[in-house]
Amino acid sequence: MIGLEHYLTVAAVLFVIGIFGLFLNRKNVIILLMSIELMLLSVNINMVAFSSFMGDLVGQVFTLFILTVAAAEAAIGLAILVCFFRNRGTIAVEDVNMMKG
Amino acid sequence: MISSDFNVILPEILLAVFAMLAMLGAVYTGKDKLAPMLVWVTSAIFLALAAWIGTRQGGDVTAFSGMFIDDAFARFAKVTILVSAAAVLLMSEGYMERRGILRFEYPVLVSLAAVGMMMMVSAGDLMALYMGLELQSLALYVVASLRRDNAKSTESGLKYFVLGSLSSGLLLYGASLTYGFAGTTHFEGIVAVASEGVSLGLLFGLVLLISGLAFKISAVPFHMWTPDVYEGAPTPVTAFFATAPKMAAMALFARVMHDAFGGAVGDWSQVVALLSLLSMFLGSIAAIGQTNIKRLMAYSSIAHMGYALMGLASGTQFGVQALLVYMAIYVTMNVGTFAFILSMERDGEPVTDIRSLGMYSKREPGKALAVLVLMFSLAGVPPLVGFFGKLYVLRAAYEGGLAWLAIAGVVASVIGAYYYLRIVYYMYFGEDREDALDGGRSPVLSGFLMASALIMVLGVVNLFGIESAAEAAAATLVN
Repeated sequence: MIGLEHYLTVAAVLFVIGIFGLFLNRKNVIILLMSIELMLLSVNINMVAFSSFMGDLVGQVFTLFILTVAAAEAAIGLAILVCFFRNRGTIAVEDVNMMKG
Repeated sequence: MISSDFNVILPEILLAVFAMLAMLGAVYTGKDKLAPMLVWVTSAIFLALAAWIGTRQGGDVTAFSGMFIDDAFARFAKVTILVSAAAVLLMSEGYMERRGILRFEYPVLVSLAAVGMMMMVSAGDLMALYMGLELQSLALYVVASLRRDNAKSTESGLKYFVLGSLSSGLLLYGASLTYGFAGTTHFEGIVAVASEGVSLGLLFGLVLLISGLAFKISAVPFHMWTPDVYEGAPTPVTAFFATAPKMAAMALFARVMHDAFGGAVGDWSQVVALLSLLSMFLGSIAAIGQTNIKRLMAYSSIAHMGYALMGLASGTQFGVQALLVYMAIYVTMNVGTFAFILSMERDGEPVTDIRSLGMYSKREPGKALAVLVLMFSLAGVPPLVGFFGKLYVLRAAYEGGLAWLAIAGVVASVIGAYYYLRIVYYMYFGEDREDALDGGRSPVLSGFLMASALIMVLGVVNLFGIESAAEAAAATLVN
């Protein structure tokens, strides 16, 4: 029997993969965008799992909002990335280094 | 029923409709030729809305079954947000026009960000919180890379986007855990569950929510984006980042902590105190080596967020009052300081190196004096208003049983005074360099600089009455 904890574990694993993808990836900014998407989608799994196990619809409504915002976020991220590429001619993560904080 | 709900969020609706109409209108007509006019109209609308919201009566109103809260706390934050956004827009107009980067998107995006911020401070539900926060953040990512032909600006936008999305992800994960373990996304429901003891899952949710919010106010250890974004973004945009969004995120932080987790103060006040301690020290120490004034202001804002968090960490009503007073003072000081930074130029090019201020007092004694007042106020030197802001939060921390934090705050502010005073040193005793500043005689910028400095001096009489407004605001949040 698959219970709530199984879903939560999958979501947690995906979330952590997303975070590691952000920090360990040294290659390509597109992979950063994919990692961000992975994080948001793992949250969706969490939401839907809670929602269905509690019999409460709010979580699924929240999921729809998250999906919409994630789409907008990806669009903006890609737009900024295109501008960046036009200026620098590269999208390698190690080239995002004009300012070092 | 529904019409009274719409009546409550009328200011937000009007601003959102204005932003969309302005964008459509500008696209189909004059495009960037309309930009100066749009900037003036937008700031006029901000000021009108601020006046309307400020004078709107009728205590605690909620709309959409508790998703949207309109109380004195939200109104205080909204007035601060709108007034500072209007001030920054007015300051940007001349600067951006001279450099050819004034696009009609700028006022539109600032309006949308303002709508997001107004939603944030009024959120009564995790969903409303998330939507407001994202509306604000998405607009801010785009304005950071407003100079799309400039490598630094786009890089700052990219960095802001990646780290901002990470923080949204953390916040959302926290929201999902909170929803799962509290069984509701309503703050009222969460506070009822949390008052009976915080379960482990709820605690995880709380900590992740705090991390996400700490990102937005750039508290250490979630501050890494701040110096780069401040440096790379066009200076008027930096001025905007340093004022309104900080106020909004800080108000949202206080709202979530007190409205949703008000029954579990012990669980979050230690975390907030730690954020506050780290921010104060890192902000004060890391700024010492900076020569770029925009990076310096980034570290300065990190340190100031630390002080503001001190008020929140105390977990009391007085703490929230101190937070609001401190943020209002911080925003006023930053508007003045950025008015000066915007006027720093040589041969028409913007200058950000503080060493170019050498002997500025000889050429512009009046402006140098105003900057001196602002720097002393930022450092918290008595008897200027900045000192009373610090005194307020220190007292709140002390009375909230965090005496160690108050002492650490005093030590950090002594360290931080060094770099503010260094700017003053360059202006009055520095060497007179070849590449000294010239120009920068914009009456608007000088006006904001002088007005801000004057407020810092005259405010010592009664802080212009914001104390009582903040007290009323804090009373509606904490009860």
